[in-house]
Amino acid sequence: MSFPASPEDTGRTPIPPVRRKGRVNRRVIPGFGLTMGFTLTYLTLLVLIPLAAVFLRSAGLGWEDFWKAVTARQAVHSYKVTFGVSALAALTNAIFGFIVAWALTRYRFYGRRLIDALVDLPFALPTAVAGIALTALYAQNGWIGQFFHQPAEGVERSAFVTWVGQFLWPLGIKTAFSLTGIYIALTFIGLPFVVRTLQPVLEDFDHEVEEAGASLGAGRLRVFLTVIIPSLIPSILTGFSLAFARAIGEYGSVIFISGNRPLDTEITPLVIVKALEDHNYPRATAVAVVMLLASFLLLLIVNVLQRWAESIGQARN
Amino acid sequence: MAAILSRVRHDTVPTTNSATTEPTWVRWLLIAVTVGFVTLFLVLPLIAIFFKAFEKGLIPYFATFKHNPAYTPTYNPADAVNSILLTLKIAAVAVPLNLVFGLAAAWAITKFQYKGKSLLVTILDLPFAISPVIAGLIFILIFSRTHGWLGRALKGEGLFSRWIQHIDENIISLKIIFAFPGIALATIFVTLPFIARELVPTMQARGRDEEHAALTLGAGGWRTFFTVTLPNVRWALFYGIILCNARAMGEFGAVAVVSGNLRGQTTTVPIFIEMLYHGYGSDVNAFALATLLALLALVTLVLKNIVEWRVAKSREA
Repeated sequence: MSFPASPEDTGRTPIPPVRRKGRVNRRVIPGFGLTMGFTLTYLTLLVLIPLAAVFLRSAGLGWEDFWKAVTARQAVHSYKVTFGVSALAALTNAIFGFIVAWALTRYRFYGRRLIDALVDLPFALPTAVAGIALTALYAQNGWIGQFFHQPAEGVERSAFVTWVGQFLWPLGIKTAFSLTGIYIALTFIGLPFVVRTLQPVLEDFDHEVEEAGASLGAGRLRVFLTVIIPSLIPSILTGFSLAFARAIGEYGSVIFISGNRPLDTEITPLVIVKALEDHNYPRATAVAVVMLLASFLLLLIVNVLQRWAESIGQARN
Repeated sequence: MAAILSRVRHDTVPTTNSATTEPTWVRWLLIAVTVGFVTLFLVLPLIAIFFKAFEKGLIPYFATFKHNPAYTPTYNPADAVNSILLTLKIAAVAVPLNLVFGLAAAWAITKFQYKGKSLLVTILDLPFAISPVIAGLIFILIFSRTHGWLGRALKGEGLFSRWIQHIDENIISLKIIFAFPGIALATIFVTLPFIARELVPTMQARGRDEEHAALTLGAGGWRTFFTVTLPNVRWALFYGIILCNARAMGEFGAVAVVSGNLRGQTTTVPIFIEMLYHGYGSDVNAFALATLLALLALVTLVLKNIVEWRVAKSREA
C-alpha cells in the first residue's frame, strides 16, 4: 500500500490518543456506529422482539389461564420426563465425556484422531437423521435392540444374539419407544459438550502440578482425586449444564425414538407442537414460557460456571 | 497450538513413571471405554444410515430421487428433488445474512470497549439456548394469519391494527408462516450465533494492534477490514460458515413448526425425511434422503479438521 494520496485519506489518519484508555479505542478504530447499529437492529428484530412476543402473549392470557395451561396434567408429566431424562443423559455424558476427553488428551492410541473428529458428529448431523438412525438401531429388530427384545413368534435370531439375549431379554428393557429411547437420543445429542469443554482444560493442565504432588509422596490415585479433579470440577459442571440445556430443548432426534405417548413418553417440546397443531395457542405459549425461563436460568448458570472455570485456569497459570 | 505442544510434551513423560501416569491396565480400560462409547453412540448410527439406505440395493436407492416404474415409490420423487432445492435456497438466504451479521457483531464486540458487552454476548447466545420448537413458535406468534400479531392486525384486530390500515393489498396477501419466508426466518434464528461465535474468540486473541497499524499508515476503515482483519480470521470465518450451513440445511424442529408440510413446496429435506419415514414412503426412501444430510455432516467434520490443522500449522510457522 502507499501513503495517503488524497486529502480524504489524510483526513482519516487518527489523531494520537491522549485520553483515557476506554475512549481511545473507540476513536481510533472506525465502524463502531455501523457495526453496533447493525448488530443491535438484527438482534432486536430477529431475537428480542420475537422472544418478547412469547412473554407478551402469555401475559395476555391472564394469570389463571396461564397457570391452568402450565400445570395441566399432560404438561406437568412432560416436564418430569424432559427434565428427568435430560439430567440422566447429561450425567451419563459427564462421566463418559470425562473418560473420552481424558483418553483423547493423555493417551496415544490407534484411531485417536478419528475418534477426536467424530466427537463433533452430533453437532453436524441433522437431528432428524440422528433420530431415524438411532430408532433403526434400537428398535425391536435393530442391531442393538435385538439384544434387548425377545423376538416375535417365528422370528429367528443368530446364535450370538440368542446367547446374549438369554441374559438381557428377561430384563424387559425397551430400548426404543420408551423413556430409555429418549435417554439414548438425549445422550447422543449431548455427547460433544462435556468432551469439548474438558479437552482444552486437560491439554493446558500443567504437568508440573501433578509432578509436585507425586514428588511429595502422593500416589497416582491421590494426585488424581486431590489435585486433578478439584480443578476440573467447574469445567465438568459447565459441560453438564450445556448438555442438559441442549437436551431439554431437543425435539428432532427424540420424537422418532420416543413413541410420543401422552402421559408416558411425551417431551415438553412435543407438548408445544401438539398444542400448535390443535390451534391451542394459549397452551403452546404458556408451556413455551416455562421452557424459556428454564433455558434462561441455565444460560445464567453456564455463564457463572464458565467464569469460575476461567478463574481457576488463571490461578494455575 | 496448545494442543500440539501438550501432545509433544506428553511424549516426553516416561510411561513407566507411575506418579504422573496411570497403571497400564487403567489406561487400556479407559481407552476401551472411549472406543466402546464412541462406537456405540457415533459410529453405529452413522453406519446404520448408509446400511439402511442401500439395504435393498442401488435401484431402490435411486428410485427415491428419480421415478422408476419397477420400484414405484409411493410418492412423487420430484417432491424429494424439490425438497433438496428448497433446502439449498433456505441455506442461500440464511448463511449470507448471518455472515454479514457475524462480521458486524464480531467487529462491534472485539474492537471497542463499552459497558454492557457481556449482556450483548449473552443475547447473541440466546438462539443456542432455546428449544428449536420455540424458535418456530415465536414467528408464528408474530406472523400467523390466524393467531399472530400481523395476521390479526391485517384483519383490523389487536395491537397493531391502527398502523396497518393503509398498506397495499399485495402485502396483505403475502404469506409468511407455512411458506418460504417463515422457514427462512426460523432457520436464520437458529443459525444466528454460529459465525459470530467463531469470529469473536479469534478476533479477540489477535487484538487490535494490526488494525491500529493499518489505520496509522492511512488505510481507511473498509480497507483495514478487508486487507488486515479478514485475512487474519479467514479460517475461523470459514469454519463458522460451514457450521452455519450444516445447521441451516439440517434444522428440523424450528422448520417443522412453521413448514405447513406442503409436499415439495414447504418441505425441506429433514421435514421430507420425516414424512417418508412416517409412512409416506418406505424406510429405504427416508434413509436414502438421509444419506445426503449424513454426507453433508461428514464433509463438515472433514473441513473442520482441515481448518484446525491449518490453524495449528500457521501458528507453528
